[in-house]
Amino acid sequence: MKIAVASGKGGTGKTTVSLALAEVLGTKGLLLDCDVEEPNCHLFFQMPADKTTPVTVKIPSFNQDLCIGCHQCSDFCAFNAIANIGKKLLIFPELCHSCGGCAYLCPTKAIQEIDHKIGVLEYRKKGSVELITGIMDVGNIIAVPIIHQVIAQADSHRTTILDSPPGTACPMVNTIRDADFVILVTEPTPFGLYDLQLAQDTLEAMNIPSGVIINRADDSCADVEAFCKSRNIDVLMKIPFSKKIATGYSNGDSLLTSAPELKPKFTQLLQKLGGL
Amino acid sequence: MKEILIISGKGGCGKTSLCAGFAKLAKSAVLVDCDVDASDLHLLLKPEIIKKEVFIAGELPSLDEEKCIRCGKCKEYCRLNAITFAEHELPVFHENACEGCKVCTIVCPTKAITMVPRTCGEWMKSQTCAGMMFHARLLPGGENSGKLIAEIRKAAREEAKREKQDLLLSDGPPGIGCPVISSITGVDMAVIITEPTLSGLHDLKRTIQMAREFEVEIRVIINKYDLNSEMADKIQKACEKNGIQVIGKMPFDPIFNSSLREGKTIIDFPDSEPAKILASIWKQIDPSKEKGKRK
Repeated sequence: MKIAVASGKGGTGKTTVSLALAEVLGTKGLLLDCDVEEPNCHLFFQMPADKTTPVTVKIPSFNQDLCIGCHQCSDFCAFNAIANIGKKLLIFPELCHSCGGCAYLCPTKAIQEIDHKIGVLEYRKKGSVELITGIMDVGNIIAVPIIHQVIAQADSHRTTILDSPPGTACPMVNTIRDADFVILVTEPTPFGLYDLQLAQDTLEAMNIPSGVIINRADDSCADVEAFCKSRNIDVLMKIPFSKKIATGYSNGDSLLTSAPELKPKFTQLLQKLGGL
Repeated sequence: MKEILIISGKGGCGKTSLCAGFAKLAKSAVLVDCDVDASDLHLLLKPEIIKKEVFIAGELPSLDEEKCIRCGKCKEYCRLNAITFAEHELPVFHENACEGCKVCTIVCPTKAITMVPRTCGEWMKSQTCAGMMFHARLLPGGENSGKLIAEIRKAAREEAKREKQDLLLSDGPPGIGCPVISSITGVDMAVIITEPTLSGLHDLKRTIQMAREFEVEIRVIINKYDLNSEMADKIQKACEKNGIQVIGKMPFDPIFNSSLREGKTIIDFPDSEPAKILASIWKQIDPSKEKGKRK
């Protein structure tokens, strides 16, 4: 099964929760870091990648000798990735969505599609925990193809944990769309609550079941709990606010390293969700 | 007019809390919330909406069921897996995955698919206690967040010109991808908020690398620095080594959360330590001060 860990608001603890789940799963799990703009899971492995592979997308490559200057390609491109100046074609790879429409339309086959690198996948294994990280090359604009290639690494024999990007726009939606369950991580502040509502709206529109983990829980969780009740979603766990956890996190220690007493809670949670 | 953008690669570093504080300190600013899919600035600045506009961008496929011969070619050519198709059934188009490339329309043998304008969200012009604010709401899973940001920034710039305001202050989105690129293009200064954690440092490096591809002054603020002073020093040194000015360090203080719960900015508690520090940071980037200097 696939369990995605998401949140509208950034910095609520998605990576913290994802790592804890992966540590409890061990060899029965696989952790995929889908926050390809700013991936962080690997920082807690504190080791170089065992293996790195490029992530490429198809972009058009243009053979000027065959071009008849019909402009069908540039007229068609919905993303303004092709500028046609007379018989000269200019291609803007960072705007291209790799749809293949230009190559399909070109009457003289002057457009071939070539591979264009936009990021990498990094593979790490530490103890029994396996991580695959998608990393977008800085300067790129489009994150979604990298997210798709990270998720394609999931295998059906293991419980896959997807660490999602923040927000509710296309990077988040493309991470969670095939998930069996989404854990929404929030914090008990008005920002946390507001963005939780946005994220839950998104999940309800997509018909994906979800539950909530309240991170940095203190004595002001009532609003978040009332919201969860009103939407009929479970509060799966509360992770207490603790300086010990925050300091551990800042140094690259995982939650279960700083607070091993929480391990049984994560085990129970995975059993409840059917992932263990 | 000067444009200042508050960003941070990593989410949750305190962009919105600090930006709201700066908004209160700025004398004559137009505000923009560029975080269009999880915007929060309005929770602190209590906007009164003056104008609301539907945001239409890009297109979505629409199927003429009578013309469709159920061949499945649209699904075969859709590289985004936005179309599902079962033998002898009509294809199903999934809005959330569709980017509006139109390839389905050109491969359809019976021209059964046409494109229709897509509503991606809405944007608002609002009066706040700290000036006029432009903000938006992208629909869940919405496409074209970059275009929506460009649209509200344009509206804000026009407002600033009309009202002779000398600053455009924007609260940015997290990450370094499409929405951030759209937010940073053409601004004068990017203030990057970071936190003293390994993740904060890692994301800061990538954010600086991204920002350097634009002609923009870069400043850094280390928020919650006392959660790990050693890491904060490390970040400060790394910035200085790369010629990037750290304009302030903000302590971890419960007042951030307590003021947030009251729907106030820390500047509304002027005697607090964070309010004083924020005011001294603001002096370093306040464009109205700069003008004075030149005189």
